[in-house]
Amino acid sequence: MYKLEAKNANLWYGKKQALKDISIGVEANSVTAFIGPSGCGKSTLLRCFNRMNDLIEDTKIRGEFLLDKENIYTDMDIYELRKRIGMVFQKPNPFPKSIFDNVAYGLRIIGEKNKTVIRDKVELSLKHSALWDEVSGILNKSALSLSGGQQQRLCIARTLAIDPTVVLMDEPASALDPISSAKIEDLIYELKKEFTIVIVTHNMQQAARVSNKTAFFYLGELIEFDDTKKMFTNPQNERTQNYVTGRFG
Amino acid sequence: MSLPIRKKEKLIEVLMMCCSFVTVLTTIGIILILTLEAIKFFAEVPISDFLTDTQWTPLFSDKHFGILPLLSGTLLTTTIAIVVAVPLGLIIAVYLNEYASPRFTAVVKPILEVLAAIPTVVYGFFALQFVTPLLQKIIPGLNGFNALSPGLVMGIMIIPYITSLSEDALRAVPRSLREASYGMGATKFQTAFKVMIPAASSGIIVSIILAVSRALGETMIVAIAAGQEPKLTFNPMESVETITTYIVQVSMGDVPQDSLEYKTIFAAGLTLFVFTFILNNISFFVRKRFQNKYE
Amino acid sequence: MNTRNYSRGKLTDKVFKYTALTFTLFALAILVILLVDIFSKGLARINWDFFRNLPSRHANRSGIMTAMAGMLSLLFFTIIIALPIGILAGVYLQEYGKKNRFASFIEINIANLAGVPSVIYGILGLTLFVRILHMGNSLIAGAFTLALLIMPIIIVATREAIKAVPNSLREASYGMGATKWQTTSKVVIPSALGGILTGIILAISRAIGETAPLLVIGALVYVPFIPEGPNDQFTTLPIQIFNWTSRPQADFIINAAAGIIVLLLITFLLNGIAIYIRNKWYKKIKY
Repeated sequence: MYKLEAKNANLWYGKKQALKDISIGVEANSVTAFIGPSGCGKSTLLRCFNRMNDLIEDTKIRGEFLLDKENIYTDMDIYELRKRIGMVFQKPNPFPKSIFDNVAYGLRIIGEKNKTVIRDKVELSLKHSALWDEVSGILNKSALSLSGGQQQRLCIARTLAIDPTVVLMDEPASALDPISSAKIEDLIYELKKEFTIVIVTHNMQQAARVSNKTAFFYLGELIEFDDTKKMFTNPQNERTQNYVTGRFG
Repeated sequence: MSLPIRKKEKLIEVLMMCCSFVTVLTTIGIILILTLEAIKFFAEVPISDFLTDTQWTPLFSDKHFGILPLLSGTLLTTTIAIVVAVPLGLIIAVYLNEYASPRFTAVVKPILEVLAAIPTVVYGFFALQFVTPLLQKIIPGLNGFNALSPGLVMGIMIIPYITSLSEDALRAVPRSLREASYGMGATKFQTAFKVMIPAASSGIIVSIILAVSRALGETMIVAIAAGQEPKLTFNPMESVETITTYIVQVSMGDVPQDSLEYKTIFAAGLTLFVFTFILNNISFFVRKRFQNKYE
Repeated sequence: MNTRNYSRGKLTDKVFKYTALTFTLFALAILVILLVDIFSKGLARINWDFFRNLPSRHANRSGIMTAMAGMLSLLFFTIIIALPIGILAGVYLQEYGKKNRFASFIEINIANLAGVPSVIYGILGLTLFVRILHMGNSLIAGAFTLALLIMPIIIVATREAIKAVPNSLREASYGMGATKWQTTSKVVIPSALGGILTGIILAISRAIGETAPLLVIGALVYVPFIPEGPNDQFTTLPIQIFNWTSRPQADFIINAAAGIIVLLLITFLLNGIAIYIRNKWYKKIKY
């Protein structure tokens, strides 16, 4: 059974079709990478899974999106969906609040009032995102005082705090320096033990290092989807071959 | 989403929408009150008298209800203010934008904006107690109460309106235009007046319209320094009364509430409102139309 | 190359440059002259008695106590009326408003109200609050009138502040399953607080200086008592200054100058605080 699934997904931004009949299934506790040149639709597809595209005007969506076999549009409430599927964005976007309040935010909006529960969850999440050692003494400092890499790990902690089962990551390391980027990759590798992760990346080496399966998109279509090792050493499709060997994109 | 959450969200949204409606109600209130009461006034005083009589003496025994004296007072003081503020304001704006160093501008612009923050009673005091005596030394025989002194001071007060908005408009002109002009060997003066100002003209016009509107509505400077004699005159050395100071004068007096004299403030107020309403709308539309010119 | 024209152009340029600089310094000089003139006339008059005394027919026994009390009470009521309505309106228009005709209609409307002469607000207050709603020429009538007058300032400042909040913060909040109001109240408004606060302070500064509309609604020019409740009659510092300025006796002119010094200090202090807050907040939000 697939954890996350898209069946015949089509999407239009106004008149422009951004996704063309995409069907794909993501298994639980795996890391799946979406790769492809700019404008291929990988981020668009990602954002379908937690209905973030609903925030954009003039978007039309056809097809089915399923989480644990439930249709995310008809079988569940959008707020519940977004608590079960979390998202980490390309540019770190911590709130201008303290480190503690950032991680606690998700808990507070679901109505958690118990201070001990909140405190424990914050600590757990920060440990999960490998940030606890660096910030445990400065939880009341503004999140904006952290470095870029730390801020991104904070955003990951913030997402993890409400116990999603799936984490979507939209180029999470592309705005970071190589060392922070590497730390994020290590983190993703650890997280897949507990979470299902889908990561959009334009860094192929990163996809190769971090993911179990990789999907290659081009101009709104899913070209190839296979085990990562096979994709990069022996792709079936010629366009995939050209992309991963760097002939274009 | 679950029903109680959806209901709560909708309720909050409706509450906020009502708050934003307060502004609409305010405008409706102003228009209704001025119009309805003015209609009652015009039931007793024919509009032709109102518009053509050259005397305004509602508080005297020989009553005349011509708006022209008040209009001339308003226009006289406004004109003096604009004649001072626009050239000065524009030249300063050009200087700050084209010649001055960014540090100079960063220091000077906020100081000029202080001029706009000073309460108008202070300007009124300054006009009466400093400017008028000074003018009397230069112009022998000048009345203690005249239109020139408050007009000049109003002009000073309005300079930041012109300078700030014009300087913003100049700054919004793309660098490429300025560079093209310099590239042809033009001086700063030529660039400023032949290229930048025409390019920024809509913003500059908006600033002038807003300044005029502000001057038309000014009360306290004129109330303190211009005397309160409605006269149909364009001589700045005479004492005058404006629409605004007349309204204050009547409100401060003990004119009985439903008398004809009382209703004059609505007729006068309506006249003023019509002028500023038209000006404000023109400036709004000019600003909107040219906002996206360079995007 | 036509060198004669070139050098004439340069001459005009130089002449203009120095003329313009002179004008700029002239404008600044006027400000300085104004301040110096007033301070020299009124500074000597300022002492504790000036603050404590009630107005009196004798200039040297007159003080600004009732004016200050009236002004502060008026401000208090004005703020508690204008603030919630203005901020909520601003939040609604910027965060919830769709780009439809209703929204642009309100936008034009607010731009208009900002340009309406203050005496007209006075007429509105006089008719609506003083007469129709029977509030009389009381503090509360004055407060409602001023609240309507400063509301556009608060609304515009709130809108600008909210517009400046980066969209990525909203996305982060929605991504975690927060509702629109949760996102607005817990992320957007707190992030916009600095800008909103700046707007509030500027609105207060404007309200403090207003004289004409209060005169129209019947604020008294001579008030020898301190208002005790919202239904009392009142006066304010600008009105007191106006009163003294209108008297011919030299001593009252000195009082007026002294009163102006107090008024200016308050005004400048408020504006200074507003600018300081705006700068600090702006740095914080544009990280």
